[in-house]
Amino acid sequence: MARFHIFHETRYDYAANVSRSQQLLHLTPRSFQFQQCQQHQITINPRPDESMLANDFFGNDTRYVAIWSSYNTMTVSAESTVCLLPRPREELLADSVPWEQVRDGLRRFGDPTRLEPLKYLYDSPHVHCGDELARYASLSLTPGRSVLEGAFDLTQRIQREFEFDPNATDISTPLKTLMQIKRGVCQDFAHLMIGCLRSLGLSARYMSGYLLTQPAPGEARLIGADASHAWVSVYCPSIGWVDFDPTNRLMVGMEHITLGWGRDFSDVSLLRGVILGGGAQTLNVAVTVTPLPDLVTNDH
Amino acid sequence: MLRQYPPAHDRYDEMFAAPAQVRAHWQPVLDALQESSPASMQHRVDTAQRQVRENGITYNVYADPQGTDRPWDLDVLPMILPAAEWAQIEAAVIQRATLMNRILLDVYGAQQLLADGHLPAALVHGHAGFLRPCHGIKHPDGVALHLYAVDLARSADGKWWAIGDRTQAPSGTGYALENRIVIARAFPDLFRDMKVQRLAGFFATMRDSLARWGRASAPYQGRHLAQHEQPLIVLLTPGPYNETYFEQAYLARYLGFPLVHGDDLTVRDGFVWLKTLSGLQRVHVIVRRLDDDYCDPLELRTESALGVAGLTEAARRGTVVIANSLGSNLLESGALLGFLPKLCEHLLGETLLMPSVATWWCGEPAALEDVISRLDRLVFKSSFPQERQVPVFGQDLDASARQAFIARLRADPHNFVAQEMVRVSQAPIWRSMERRAGGRAGLLTGGGIPDLRLSGAIGPNSAGKNTLSPGLGASAVGLRVFACATANGYQVMPGGLTRVATGADARVISMQSGGGSKDTWVLSDGVVDQRTLLNRPTASHDLVRGDAHLASRTVENLFWLGRHSERCDDIARLMRRVFDSLIETTPQTRGKEWPTMLALCQWYGLLDADIFTDDPTIEARLLAAVQDSDTPGLAYQVHLLFRAAFNLRERLSADNWRALNRLLRTVSQPDPKLNIGDALALLDDATASLMTLTGFALDGMTRDMGWRFLSIGRRLERLQFMCTLIQHALTMPADSNLEWLLELGDSIITYRARYMSRPEWLPVLDLLLLDADNPRSVSFQLHGLSGYLTRLETIHGPCGHDLIEPVMLQLRSLDAARDLRPGGELLLGLMRQLYDTSFQLSERLSARFLSYSGALSGIDAGSLIKA
Repeated sequence: MARFHIFHETRYDYAANVSRSQQLLHLTPRSFQFQQCQQHQITINPRPDESMLANDFFGNDTRYVAIWSSYNTMTVSAESTVCLLPRPREELLADSVPWEQVRDGLRRFGDPTRLEPLKYLYDSPHVHCGDELARYASLSLTPGRSVLEGAFDLTQRIQREFEFDPNATDISTPLKTLMQIKRGVCQDFAHLMIGCLRSLGLSARYMSGYLLTQPAPGEARLIGADASHAWVSVYCPSIGWVDFDPTNRLMVGMEHITLGWGRDFSDVSLLRGVILGGGAQTLNVAVTVTPLPDLVTNDH
Repeated sequence: MLRQYPPAHDRYDEMFAAPAQVRAHWQPVLDALQESSPASMQHRVDTAQRQVRENGITYNVYADPQGTDRPWDLDVLPMILPAAEWAQIEAAVIQRATLMNRILLDVYGAQQLLADGHLPAALVHGHAGFLRPCHGIKHPDGVALHLYAVDLARSADGKWWAIGDRTQAPSGTGYALENRIVIARAFPDLFRDMKVQRLAGFFATMRDSLARWGRASAPYQGRHLAQHEQPLIVLLTPGPYNETYFEQAYLARYLGFPLVHGDDLTVRDGFVWLKTLSGLQRVHVIVRRLDDDYCDPLELRTESALGVAGLTEAARRGTVVIANSLGSNLLESGALLGFLPKLCEHLLGETLLMPSVATWWCGEPAALEDVISRLDRLVFKSSFPQERQVPVFGQDLDASARQAFIARLRADPHNFVAQEMVRVSQAPIWRSMERRAGGRAGLLTGGGIPDLRLSGAIGPNSAGKNTLSPGLGASAVGLRVFACATANGYQVMPGGLTRVATGADARVISMQSGGGSKDTWVLSDGVVDQRTLLNRPTASHDLVRGDAHLASRTVENLFWLGRHSERCDDIARLMRRVFDSLIETTPQTRGKEWPTMLALCQWYGLLDADIFTDDPTIEARLLAAVQDSDTPGLAYQVHLLFRAAFNLRERLSADNWRALNRLLRTVSQPDPKLNIGDALALLDDATASLMTLTGFALDGMTRDMGWRFLSIGRRLERLQFMCTLIQHALTMPADSNLEWLLELGDSIITYRARYMSRPEWLPVLDLLLLDADNPRSVSFQLHGLSGYLTRLETIHGPCGHDLIEPVMLQLRSLDAARDLRPGGELLLGLMRQLYDTSFQLSERLSARFLSYSGALSGIDAGSLIKA
């Protein structure tokens, strides 16, 4: 078990006054099998006139805020304490079933237990499947190979064959272009891997979250540690969802803190909103993830 | 009479069972035709045509100088359906609507159909129309599909088939109603004798059902509507550019719902509000004609500027009823058709009463191979209606196109459905005499606008319509039938919109690709329902409604319409005066007022600030400012004026539009060889058109709150112009010629009548500043503003009268002999102060009444993740 404190601040500065603003935030860490969010608070300046909590289609916590008075700077600070629980990693690889079997299972109608993976099986706004992605994926998911082994191989190939470059792409860069320029950021690599898996008829979801800022002694600092991060989760019938990080070519363990998940980035955009006015905007994001000492349990 | 009527061949003929054997329900129509002379038929056509025009079906033609709007093409002969046959159609449509509603509830709820394998997941999770944020919306009485339409066609054996479903925001009820009003008047006796079922009852039911669900929406702060209070139902339009905008405006008026744009609405505290002049008013029901993905830029399509941010959340909270529910576009997928028979058995325990035209979803591998093997006999459409693709007819493809299309199918099978082609039935139509040229029909239309035609249809077997003389013909028809939900199930409109193929390609019947329409007469066995909405007695609460829901956006556009029309006029007069000087004088003989006139031009952006008074390019620059719509000048101003007017499309009369179009035409075709003489003629025309507009505003508009804002806009703008003019004039050498001042202030005639002498400072300034009877004077504008503001303040509380009181006082305290002359600081200071005051007043009014509106922009912080 490991505990972390996360401080995530987003600051917008506008050239002109914003006269009203409505935002939908995906900034609350989700609690699930491998993670408990123990404490969480969002502070917004200027203070919102309206603030409502909700839950989206994918089960993520969302917060809606509205500011009706005018401002030209807005800061959104999210502070959380999150506890990670150990999850199985490499030991899963050999146990999983051949990927074709997973694909065929997802194609069969009428299995109520498969409803969840069906949500992540098709094209989504940022992920368009196609032959090219299928061909790329087939080099890893060779005939008869176990689905998780294949996915892990794909994770490693993407990291090897694509270069991390914060200036090569933006959110609208299509996967087609990414395949040509072979460079991008975590978001692109996650979308790419999702597209590869879906192109073969597998179910994959986009994971939004953070990475541990300071590496463990003797280990290298991971890419993307000073901002929010994105990775991929793959569906395997007997096991459930297994997470891979193609930016850092690893299976997700005790360094990834999950905010939430969706089909792609568009479902879990951290702050998405509509403003009136504002003119040119500058955005600053700061993320700090600090390990906390484990809670001491006193036996009486 | 029947000489030119084409034989049906392999089609079903609606009127004839066999050649010369009339179906009984058409006999009265045929009798009526045979009793009519060609002249009396032409009279009916003319009557109908006039009605179409007067009811406003074509007003959008006036409003659109580009001519993208087509006039309403209505055949005078109705489509006739006997009672027994209609009963079957009605039952089938009710069943289908019920089924669609059940599917919709399941897909956006428990998704049991997916779990049980009755519906493939690809048609939900893989469907671009499946809007995830809409999952879990609750609906009063379990109704998510409030309005439903289905397109039907009859095959050669006389059977009706469903071709496609309209589940999102069905259009056509308004056109059906409009057609009825027109055609019932063209054949009044026939209409009465044939016992045609009335339509009004359907609309009354629809309105009452919506009101019922509006009442059932969540209460705001625990407060439910009192018995005597009506829920507020609005019709949400995508705006005047939409191709069915006319219908929306017409329906809204007929049903008594305010017609609103997305930015007329706002979501606060999870409730939806209409932004009106008197503040926010709670909206209970939204009848939307906006596609669902455009309805909420916050949760749905981010880039949409047409929607209402937060609307989806309001729907999930049940604080507003949206008809139809957001996400209902999903069901328009042709891919669903093949699954309907089994879904009907499963969900309703009934056999599907009316078959759908055989349709295969290519996403099923077996179906894909099958349809590829018989490509020639099928028509291919997109599975997902939001793709808005043109159907592909297999038989039209040559060998290479065929291979390319098969490759597309195989690459993307989920995205296609294949449908069998139906040879649809033909019905009689009346070909009237061709009417050409807009001008002759009394229509003033801009370049390229087609004339209003009635029934320009062709027989399905004839090649060209121009060879046919007036008389009876036939054309392929399809029928759109409408149903509305009630607490006790669906009710079908006893009638519908019969659509007529007029293009050369009779295979496609579509309003958007140029088809016409017919009124649809459903005959009655029993007593005809005589309810009507149009003639219901007006109660006292109806009288105050107009102003109560006056949207802020409407007021804002009226305000700017006033300002822009005045600004246009000011600029036209200024340019005209400068051009006159350029003609009458040479650089050597120009008067002392010349630099001041140029300074004014610079003030209004017509000339660059750094230009010299003897710059040889002044003439060319000003000529450009007349015609160039990208930089400040006449053309630019006219476009701003036109934009404000366009946003008020349905509120301005056809007369207004004629004047506006004439004005726009004067500047819309730039002439590179324009000389000063041409420019002066053009400016004269523009000024005349503007005078006409002003006349309509003074004489033809009801003096309601909207009119007051239009007038305030006009007065404010004129006040600013006069202040600017006088301020500039006061800096001229004292012995300058003052005639130009009077010309710009449109006061030269008054001056000459009064003084018969060369203009002098004292009388000129008196006339332009203090004369309360001169409609151009500063004093006149202030008095007008004072009156409007007083009126506004009695209703809305303080809104700016305190700003103008001190300046009015100062103006009154001027001593004519002492102060009305150049050189003094007092007058100059007062002009500056007046200008500032008018500016502040404009700001104050905007903040108080108009600031709700404005364009929204989207932000998406996450897009900047760089890890």
